[in-house]
Amino acid sequence: MAFAWLPGALGDIAHGAATTILLIAVTTLAGTLLSILGAAGRRNGPVLLKRAIACYVEVMRNTPFLVQLFFIFFGLPSLGIRLDPILAAMLAMTLNMAAYTIEIVGAGLDAVPGGQTEAALALGLRPRQVFIKIVLPQALKIIYPALTSQIVIMMLESAVVSQIAVRELTYEADMLQARTFRSFETYFVVTLVYLALSMALRRLLVSGGRRALGAGVS
Amino acid sequence: MIEFTFWDIVRNLLLAARWTVLLSLAAFIGGGIVGMIVLFFRIAKNKWSRRVASGYIALFQGTPLLMQLFLMFFGLPMLGLRIEPWTAAALGLTFFASAYLAEIWRSGVAALPLGQWDAGASLGLHYLQELRLIILPQAFSITRAPTVGFLVQLIKSTALTSIIGFEELVRTSNAINNATFEPFKVYGLVALIFFVMCFPLTQYARRLEKQAAAR
Repeated sequence: MAFAWLPGALGDIAHGAATTILLIAVTTLAGTLLSILGAAGRRNGPVLLKRAIACYVEVMRNTPFLVQLFFIFFGLPSLGIRLDPILAAMLAMTLNMAAYTIEIVGAGLDAVPGGQTEAALALGLRPRQVFIKIVLPQALKIIYPALTSQIVIMMLESAVVSQIAVRELTYEADMLQARTFRSFETYFVVTLVYLALSMALRRLLVSGGRRALGAGVS
Repeated sequence: MIEFTFWDIVRNLLLAARWTVLLSLAAFIGGGIVGMIVLFFRIAKNKWSRRVASGYIALFQGTPLLMQLFLMFFGLPMLGLRIEPWTAAALGLTFFASAYLAEIWRSGVAALPLGQWDAGASLGLHYLQELRLIILPQAFSITRAPTVGFLVQLIKSTALTSIIGFEELVRTSNAINNATFEPFKVYGLVALIFFVMCFPLTQYARRLEKQAAAR
């Protein structure tokens, strides 16, 4: 074990970690938004939309993320859609995460008692207001712990996007070990960085959730 | 350029899929065995043994599988072991699976009423007998759905072993894609093959879940 290369590599590692954080931040926002739309569409949309969403969820949940990523990055250009590696990565991560969180958000929507909707309608709120102001906040509060876990899992999965040359943490590790010939040490250090990131992310989400959604979020 | 017909592509992918299946089975069985050992530590009476086991689980659940595979692949040779991609892949996935399976089964043990332990003790069973005859059978039976669900996750995770050079479905598909330049078709087929492997298991897990909820 030799770590003499480490001080010179800190900049690269920090840069990679920043890209990983950017990826997961975009994915969290876009994925959550998409899954709210998806879960709402699956409950109240027309039959065809419901079926399409159900299909989408099954396909994404039963195929590996790596294959989805390759399909989007290498496959879509033959349909004339050419994406930057980082955009392809964000798209793949968002689509993958949404497939899991649609089910999670859906479970939350189901868990809000029907009386809440009836009461809000009786007060004269329009259906859209009822969903956004009454049902959704309660649903999000219920499913917040599950959502948190899914975001952390997605952050760990993002290591895979190094394979399409997105310059995130794993990609920087690949470059470093090719330069230093210290493969094990390099991946060891980067693994520790991932561990710290995942613990920090979980803590951040829990404390942020407690502030935004109120007590009772663990 | 070599001419690949559609059937050549399908045949080669299916041949490679055998390795995906084999690796999934090896990792599931190996992970089950190691997971049992971790579970014993995780539910032991000794506080330190429980802490070590939770640390082990947190470590594997808090780092990317890809990093775990890299550490296996580059770390074992440092201990003087010659290592093939297959060994690194199987070992890496085994440890990965053991952490998740131990945690799933622990939740099953935790879900049992404490009276089960008391009843076992009052029948004069010692600790290991109690585990084997009373606690574990029930813990396994209530966690059957998440265990099958994890198997699906494990099958999908085998895709990552292509990155450390194990010749399974995804690695073969990369090679075919480099020869045919038809990524849409090739990766579409790969996704389809994974879907055919995983979807029945997903449905099975769902059915088990419904049965458990009905009980």
